[in-house]
Amino acid sequence: MGKLLKKASIYLTLFVGGIFVAFPFYWMLITAFKDGKEALQFPPTLFPSNLHPENFINVWKTIPLPTYFANTLIITVVSVLGVVITSLLAAYVFARLEFKGREVIFVSLIALMQIPLPLYLIPSYMLLSKIGWIDTYLALTVPWTVNIFSIFLLRQFFKTIPEEIFESARIDGANEFTILRRIALPLAKTPLTAIIIFNIIGGWNSFLWPLIMTDSDFMRPIQVGLAYYSRAETTNYPLLMAASLMAILPLLILYLIAQRYIIRSLSFTGSKY
Amino acid sequence: MKKTIYILLFLGLPFIILIPFRVFPLIFTVILSLYKWGMGGPESFVGLGNFLSLINDEKFYKAFINTIYYVVFLVPLEIMLSLFFAYLIHKTERGKYLFRSIFYLPVVTSVVASSVVWKWMFHPNIGIANLFIRALGGRGLKWLHESKGIFEMLFNTHLPYIFKGPSVALFSLVIMGVWHGLGYNIIIYLAGLNNINPTYYEAAKIDGARTWTRFWRITWPLLMPTTFYVLIVTIISSFNIFAPIWIMTSPAGGPLGTTRTVMYYFYEKSFEEWQMGSGAALALISFLFILILTYIQKKVIEPKIHYG
Repeated sequence: MGKLLKKASIYLTLFVGGIFVAFPFYWMLITAFKDGKEALQFPPTLFPSNLHPENFINVWKTIPLPTYFANTLIITVVSVLGVVITSLLAAYVFARLEFKGREVIFVSLIALMQIPLPLYLIPSYMLLSKIGWIDTYLALTVPWTVNIFSIFLLRQFFKTIPEEIFESARIDGANEFTILRRIALPLAKTPLTAIIIFNIIGGWNSFLWPLIMTDSDFMRPIQVGLAYYSRAETTNYPLLMAASLMAILPLLILYLIAQRYIIRSLSFTGSKY
Repeated sequence: MKKTIYILLFLGLPFIILIPFRVFPLIFTVILSLYKWGMGGPESFVGLGNFLSLINDEKFYKAFINTIYYVVFLVPLEIMLSLFFAYLIHKTERGKYLFRSIFYLPVVTSVVASSVVWKWMFHPNIGIANLFIRALGGRGLKWLHESKGIFEMLFNTHLPYIFKGPSVALFSLVIMGVWHGLGYNIIIYLAGLNNINPTYYEAAKIDGARTWTRFWRITWPLLMPTTFYVLIVTIISSFNIFAPIWIMTSPAGGPLGTTRTVMYYFYEKSFEEWQMGSGAALALISFLFILILTYIQKKVIEPKIHYG
């Protein structure tokens, strides 16, 4: 009896906690379907009396959502591709090709990884405006095509592959690039998937950098566009919630598909993204 | 010889990007901080002038207090709640995945969308947060529009800035911050809990130790490395809070500057007032502060941890 009661109280506590955590999502969803007037009632209704799915169409007419989404997609795809390529190359060298000073360079990279964004934001802005990249895709993508943590992760993985595999390929006359492409790359599927997922999440949700590096509305990614819209829109909450919902939906879907994988790589690497 | 070419080739690509966008800016921030530097370029060399004027700047002093209050309230709340829920999830036999996924949901949600929905829930007149408070028998709050400190609210008096606690507005940001970061810490704690050897519990049970004793004598000490990691990561990430302030408070940093954090002040100085030199100095001061704090934690807490 006591054991059963204990079990029940554990589930009840988790259930209440879960409701609190999930509630903002519920509130976003049902506000998005409410009529503009109904949303402004107090006390608020916990379920819309009439569903208004047209809010989702109306918000596309209010702000340039397709442009925002396209920008986010470009930023995410280019930076993820860049990160995968640069990480593979650098990690291969740091794990497999020895040279004098390699460890010093690697340790400096790890130190560089700890430097917070504000410390390089101003000079980056000055540099980008000097070369005329501000308000272009170049400023939003190129600086994010290298991710030191991803290099580190892959390098740790490459270190675990037995040297004999590489050595025998070398004896067969394969060059380093072929070895990287034919041997190291196919083996690195697990860490690469983690790297891709973390960088998709990071790229999709990035805010401060694109906020500073863009001026025009049509260059803004979805997060920045949504942030500006939320400052301007102070009455039509259903439209605002519809926009927010669409901004998070792609990642929520990715999360639902890959959640076990995301959580496993997270508890394994300790990285937020 | 051929190997050298490959090394140069393979490292060349990442370093072409790292050097101008990570290494150079770091050095340049230090140089900038020594100049009065506006939109048009350097105006004059001021040495440590930027640092000295920041120390005497009331806005900076308040931003620093606000940030400390934010961190001091958020970090223990988040750590306690995440350990609590992780422990309960760990205890369940069925539904582990379900609870874990629900608690993790906010982490993949962008800070921007989270801020937008929480701002709506914290609406001073018609927000759902006020409905909740009233249902519990309280009076509605102005939430993000309330500049009174929470200690002032509790004791119903007027207090000097440093003692009034976080404003209700800043505390609203703490609530959202805890919600947003909880899932990440739960996952880390769950990994930590899974690493504890179950034979410790068996032995304690045989010795007749109660649940509470088992938690404090076995779980808590063995989780110390995890807690230490979570502590450092949560302090650093909460210290750098920026987006929620930009989105949720109006005017941003308000009411009465009570949600202006160090990071937000950095943004205002550098990219609204375009005082690049002063902004660089601010970034350096806050970085040094975090660095020293992390160092102290390593020196004071880490020796007390038993790894393994």
